[in-house]
Amino acid sequence: MNEATPPKEERTAALSGLGTSRKRVEDARFTQGKGNYVDDLKMAGMLFGDFVRSPYAHARVKSINIEKAMALPGVHAVLTAADLEPLGLHWMPTLAGDKQMVLADGKVLFQAQEVAFVVADDRYAAADGVAAVEVEYEELPVLVDPFKAEADGAPVLREDIADQKEGAHGPRRHPNHIFTWESGDREATEAVLAEAEVVAEEMIYYHRTHPCPLEPCGCVASMDKVNGKLTVWGTFQAPHAVRTVASLISGIAEHNIRIISPDIGGGFGNKVGVYPGYICSIVASIVTGVPVKWIEDRSDNLMATAFARDYWMMGRISATKDGKITGLHCHTTADHGAFDACADPTKFPAGFMNICTGSYDIPTAYLAVDGIYTNKAPGGVAYRCSFRVTEAAYFIERMIEVLAIKLGMDAAELRAKNFIKKDQFPYQSALGWEYDSGDYHTGWDKALKAVGYDALRKEQAERVEAFKRGETRTLLGIGLSHFTEIVGAGPVKNCDILGLGMFDSCEIRIHPTGSAIARLGTISQGQGHATTFAQILASEIGIPAEDITLEEGDTDTAPYGLGTYGSRSTPVAGAATAMAGRKIRAKAQMIAAYLLEVHDNDVEWDVDRFVVKGSPERFKTMKEIAFASYNQAIPGVEPGLEAVSYYDPPNMTYPFGSYICVMEINVDTGTTEIRQFYALDDCGTRINPMIIEGQVHGGLTEALAIAMGQEIAYDEQGNVTTGTLMDFFIPTAVETPNYQTDFTVTPSPHHPIGAKGVGESPNVGGVPAFSNAVHDAFKAFGLTQSHMPHDHWRIWKTADTLGLHD
Amino acid sequence: MEKMHVKMKVNGKDVDLLTEPRTLLIHALREELGLTGPHVGCSSSHCGACTVDMNGMSVKSCTVFAAQAEGADITTIEGLGSPDELHVLQEMFKEHHGLQCGYCTPGMITRAHRLLQENPNPTEEEVRFGIAGNLCRCTGYQNIVKAILEAAAKMNEMKESA
Repeated sequence: MNEATPPKEERTAALSGLGTSRKRVEDARFTQGKGNYVDDLKMAGMLFGDFVRSPYAHARVKSINIEKAMALPGVHAVLTAADLEPLGLHWMPTLAGDKQMVLADGKVLFQAQEVAFVVADDRYAAADGVAAVEVEYEELPVLVDPFKAEADGAPVLREDIADQKEGAHGPRRHPNHIFTWESGDREATEAVLAEAEVVAEEMIYYHRTHPCPLEPCGCVASMDKVNGKLTVWGTFQAPHAVRTVASLISGIAEHNIRIISPDIGGGFGNKVGVYPGYICSIVASIVTGVPVKWIEDRSDNLMATAFARDYWMMGRISATKDGKITGLHCHTTADHGAFDACADPTKFPAGFMNICTGSYDIPTAYLAVDGIYTNKAPGGVAYRCSFRVTEAAYFIERMIEVLAIKLGMDAAELRAKNFIKKDQFPYQSALGWEYDSGDYHTGWDKALKAVGYDALRKEQAERVEAFKRGETRTLLGIGLSHFTEIVGAGPVKNCDILGLGMFDSCEIRIHPTGSAIARLGTISQGQGHATTFAQILASEIGIPAEDITLEEGDTDTAPYGLGTYGSRSTPVAGAATAMAGRKIRAKAQMIAAYLLEVHDNDVEWDVDRFVVKGSPERFKTMKEIAFASYNQAIPGVEPGLEAVSYYDPPNMTYPFGSYICVMEINVDTGTTEIRQFYALDDCGTRINPMIIEGQVHGGLTEALAIAMGQEIAYDEQGNVTTGTLMDFFIPTAVETPNYQTDFTVTPSPHHPIGAKGVGESPNVGGVPAFSNAVHDAFKAFGLTQSHMPHDHWRIWKTADTLGLHD
Repeated sequence: MEKMHVKMKVNGKDVDLLTEPRTLLIHALREELGLTGPHVGCSSSHCGACTVDMNGMSVKSCTVFAAQAEGADITTIEGLGSPDELHVLQEMFKEHHGLQCGYCTPGMITRAHRLLQENPNPTEEEVRFGIAGNLCRCTGYQNIVKAILEAAAKMNEMKESA
């Protein structure tokens, strides 16, 4: 007989499982300054590498003289493309099927491009070496405008592939053209638009910006020549993919490469790609025989490490006179910079931009994207978004506003009229996606009610009248946004990166005394995986979350997975965690039945134990089962209690939400104040509400930054004019408002626990909410479209152009 | 480059560094003294990840030479609280989810600590202005502000009961 069993609720609470706001286990080390980031690593004999970078956006490299640099004390080596060429490492493959120079091979194609790599005793000696390398350049004409890329006489940027008519994504029509990608039915869409009662047309520009994690990118490469093993610690959002790619391009066998992602100081997509610094550090370690560290500085990061967005989206949307949308056409000119280094699944060179029909039941649609080379830094990464979903959401949420203006209809009403209805899910979109689940109207109504939408519109109308009478200089904007995300890439059948299938994994070992360790193929960059994945597991296997250690990021110990970006950790690795937990439970059931001397089917799961059906006093706790699994001979059952799951999701997940921003805008200064921001998210089953709320606050603040001031800007010569935090806007606590969060729960029908992912939703939905608020404030004075970022100067200029300063 | 001796007090201990005159304080702390709590985020005084306390003032140690700290009294995150007895701010940051990736956290807490010395009873607006030199990319500040206000209240309670 067992002791009296505590009530179910008590035992459930003791697990800190699914749905609890468990405090983070990561915080003890971070709050005490005991995190372990890559630049914290110090090793015996370690050298430091730094780059000579191009001051020009387009130039031929006539000569590189390293003599003076090599003569400096503390400088050990200077690598140039000529040194990497014999190893075949002067160019490297990009994630998008293009190739990129590791070090300038005859020419440079963007400002701050890597030209030579100086290896020295420390970062100061390396800086001395960088200053002493003499490079002779011959300037070439610069191309910064993607719309001029295919003009007669346009400079040819990529001489290496100028004659190639076929690229990684189909035919190329010009040396500066990368690909054309199409989705949907062009002819049918043209026909719908030609016959439509109302058509609105607008160019929507989502400007070039940058993820700018607070910790820049970096690595330490260490080639151990004694045992032939290469270890690289670095800021890698996808450590396993880095190992495979490193093996393929270096020829070092994969078992001899160990990639370790230590603590990462924010990623936001910036740390998915492979950068020249990684390759050069590895080569430098092989050459010098000691560990080599490379850490970029902030300007290196902003000017050369992967940017995001830069999509010019020409839209046409058609509707009936009473506001039923009939068709959507989008042609996007995508400025990719000098190399196509987007981080997108192979079959999707424009990512999931074809989610651009958004939350709406649009029967006919067509999207075409032209990728273009310019003299700008490469990238196009998913900055807190799932592969161009931010661009898609911004596009459709602006087009809805533009259409509402054309129809003379309230934009909230227009949205509600066209939402995909609850009973239409699973919904097949015109551009080929199957939306797994949704309930848009419920959240939307809740949001409108929460902000007092009708009263706000009334106040806004009164404000406009007061402004016209000269009684105020402040306008009121109401920014609406209803986004639908597509995350959790993804089904291996259509999602891979460089041929690597986008499944993910979890491996669990239960220790004899009933605690556990779980290892995943993902890697946290602040999302709190060690906290939340333990919660999923706690609910699945009945072991308290605090007794479960979570490990990620070491390719020698963790199971293979494609990493953390595109909000894929919860949808894919979270599913793997639940599935591995279920395998543990299945074996535990057999053990429990044996111990209780009943048939397997005669026991049932009860929070943290198996109980004999109908005899609640007869049970075996998970702890007892764990001990027995190792120490008792059970006929037909292997000792131990371990499981691994490699999870290939059957579909993406489709989180959604309703965001409303109320903004005060001073017409004379262009300054803005967020009076209220209401964010309702539906990310399906909620694992840790505290962490979800934190993700929403953070994502909204990144959205605020992007919409209201953050950009990577270039002048006509291709100089980056936003290369430091003096010019590149990151909101402080002063500009950032308090956010009001809310939720509905529509579980994903195909995810084992119904979760959908949330990290990127606030950025995807937030940008249109902020931008729409600005546009909405000026709507009464004739504004239809203006370009982000809406910094003070641009807003002032908008007001000026509309004659509001007269 | 010829090295020089620089003496200072760091987290209550006297140290004597032999370093180049151009060595920045952040690198002296991180690389020579092994205090890797303060981080480098921007190298230009904007982000505050490198914030330490120097003679009772918050400074961005990425733009101070170690030599300028001759004779100074320096406190880093490592000098606030210990694993056995966390500082109230450290506890409140955890309690209110005031951190995510943790990279800004040491500088943020060090700054908040000085702010609460300067102003033990700040309003929300004063907290927001007081930490405006410290950037965070993850949290949106809302929970950081909450944590600091809560810590202020607790510290005042402790003072009263003492």
